[in-house]
Amino acid sequence: MNEKMNIDFSQVPDARGHFGPYGGRFVSETLIYALDELERIYRSLKDDPEFQAQFDYDLAHYVGRPSPLYFAERWTRETGGARLFLKREDLNHTGAHKINNTIGQALLAKHTGKRRVIAETGAGQHGVATATVAARLGLECHIFMGEEDVHRQSLNVYRMKLLGATVIPVTSGSKTLKDAMNEAMRDWVTNVDDTFYIIGTCAGPHPYPELVRNFQSVIGREARQQSLAQAGQLPDALVACVGGGSNAIGLFHPFLEDESVAMYGVEAGGFGLATGKHAAPLNDGIPGVLHGNRTYLMEDENGQIIETHSISAGLDYPGVGPEHAWLKDIGRVNYVTIDDDEAMDAFRRLTKVEGIMPALESSHAVAYAEKLARQMDPEQMIVVNLSGRGDKDILTVAEIDGITL
Amino acid sequence: MNRINKRFETLRQQGRKALIPYLVLGDPARDVTLPVMHAMVKSGADIIELGVPFSDPTAEGPVIQKAHERALLNGSSLRDALALVAQFRETDPDTPVLLMGYANPIERMGYETFIAAAVSAGVDGVLTVDLPPEEAEEFNQHLGKAGIENIFLLAPTSSNDRQKMVTGMAGGFIYYVSLKGVTGAGNLDVASVKQHVDHIRSLTDLPVCVGFGIKDGASARSVAELSDGAVVGSVLVNRMAGLAEAGESDPAAYASAVSELITEMRNALDN
Ligand SMILES: Cc1ncc(COP(=O)(O)O)c(C=O)c1O
Repeated sequence: MNEKMNIDFSQVPDARGHFGPYGGRFVSETLIYALDELERIYRSLKDDPEFQAQFDYDLAHYVGRPSPLYFAERWTRETGGARLFLKREDLNHTGAHKINNTIGQALLAKHTGKRRVIAETGAGQHGVATATVAARLGLECHIFMGEEDVHRQSLNVYRMKLLGATVIPVTSGSKTLKDAMNEAMRDWVTNVDDTFYIIGTCAGPHPYPELVRNFQSVIGREARQQSLAQAGQLPDALVACVGGGSNAIGLFHPFLEDESVAMYGVEAGGFGLATGKHAAPLNDGIPGVLHGNRTYLMEDENGQIIETHSISAGLDYPGVGPEHAWLKDIGRVNYVTIDDDEAMDAFRRLTKVEGIMPALESSHAVAYAEKLARQMDPEQMIVVNLSGRGDKDILTVAEIDGITL
Repeated sequence: MNRINKRFETLRQQGRKALIPYLVLGDPARDVTLPVMHAMVKSGADIIELGVPFSDPTAEGPVIQKAHERALLNGSSLRDALALVAQFRETDPDTPVLLMGYANPIERMGYETFIAAAVSAGVDGVLTVDLPPEEAEEFNQHLGKAGIENIFLLAPTSSNDRQKMVTGMAGGFIYYVSLKGVTGAGNLDVASVKQHVDHIRSLTDLPVCVGFGIKDGASARSVAELSDGAVVGSVLVNRMAGLAEAGESDPAAYASAVSELITEMRNALDN
């Protein structure tokens, strides 16, 4: 129980998936039954030792967990200030945290007996992670991806195809992640009998935000133990980037009741908050309803969702997981922004001083951690979630450098 | 009495079925919607379902998605929908109008502001696709006080318990979604529709109308025979899209094209 806040974080969400006023289940009638079924299966398996053992086994032997908590000594020295540790989700199989969740949801899919899985993807990391588990389990796999992102992330598109998935470019609306999610929901409504929808972040209708959080919480549980074992203390601050918010909630959740641990979720500032061209609903949005949940959204005065911008496809989303909306309102987590240029600078710096190339998404967290470290004392400690590796972004970076590969 | 209930009572007395056409506000242009609505009434529509454009219409197939996109391009909004209904009421005080759309534009306006405006415009019902009963309690209370019917969907996947809950909360009529899928899908299964509609009718006295997958007079008739009426959307929207693509700008052309389709369906339902 958190003394000051007097909140038992393990009791959130409530039975209908509400995090305070956020979350819930805002979907058309046809999908309610599928969500009820998913919830039933998840509840029956969540505390089942056999299911947990299978999940743990897959994370250890297939994903390669635990991921290291790495003390970035040179980066710390160059930055000046608090000690900087990286939680190395980039070392997971497929190169990002997304696989933690797809392993969990694929196990649920197996229990439903459904032979077809679908997913939406932005950067392509979740698409790759879904195609990967589908290949391993022999499931038919369809990935919806905005046409815009298909171009931005061509390497990942090809990876998915090699893995046997069908990639469906989405041409409606703004042709990015939100539209891919719309199209996945339409497919699900149509093929609800034989299809399992593997949502890639802690958003969507209940019970997705809760179960994605729980699958991703392995990040924070490990980081907590590793901090105690390696540094003899809990971190003073946690930093993670926030697209939908799954890597962030995975790191934060096991620490929510540790009052001494400050938390920073970093949204994509794009061209800068003042320009309106960004993807920072928690910093510059308003509560509304999209994709099955109530949360902060980027929208116009008529309630139409507006186009977002970020250099990183994985953060380019107008909504955010409902638990983050709630954590913002109650003041437990600070939500800040890093713009495109700052993220690019951080990408180059971490690559040069540590030999670790972060994903452009993760580079937002890296950039903010530098600012934060400088305001803190050298004996203090920051854990940064390095949610993914930057290989997928090489073409984007080369283009910025004016180089054709 | 609310116009929707009055209309169903009249239809029942006459032994006729309801024909409920759908169009999207502002599709393809702002000056088209009002004349098309009047033409729909003239050619035999009983209730008009006016779609409110939304950027992320997740329950719609490609045909209606594109209609939303066309309408958004000319800036059509919920505010405009309310203004349009008020205009429609100037010359048609009787035909029920129901707004069909998504939760976010209503949330943005605020429930109370929206409902007050809807009452003064002469809106009779609201169908909010992504606001199922579990999330609609507060909205429902406000609507109830204002005398606006909240139309709920039931689907082939709705459990018996849900059917009971929804019929208990719903007003106006029950909108039975004939198939698993989005609007404009083609897999209408009449036997399955009959089974579900019969069951819903055993739970409620509200009229039950069937939508999704109705393409012409014959399919409208086949579902209306089992229920209290048919909702028709994508075929009408598609006809209008054809004109839009051909560059037609005269609202009268849209009105007459839609009239032709409605007349065919009206005849199929009545004869
Ligand atoms: C490496 C990486 N980090 C972060 C994200 C953002 O997602 P989330 O906020 O759910 O962690 C993505 C999404 O594609 C990603 O690929």
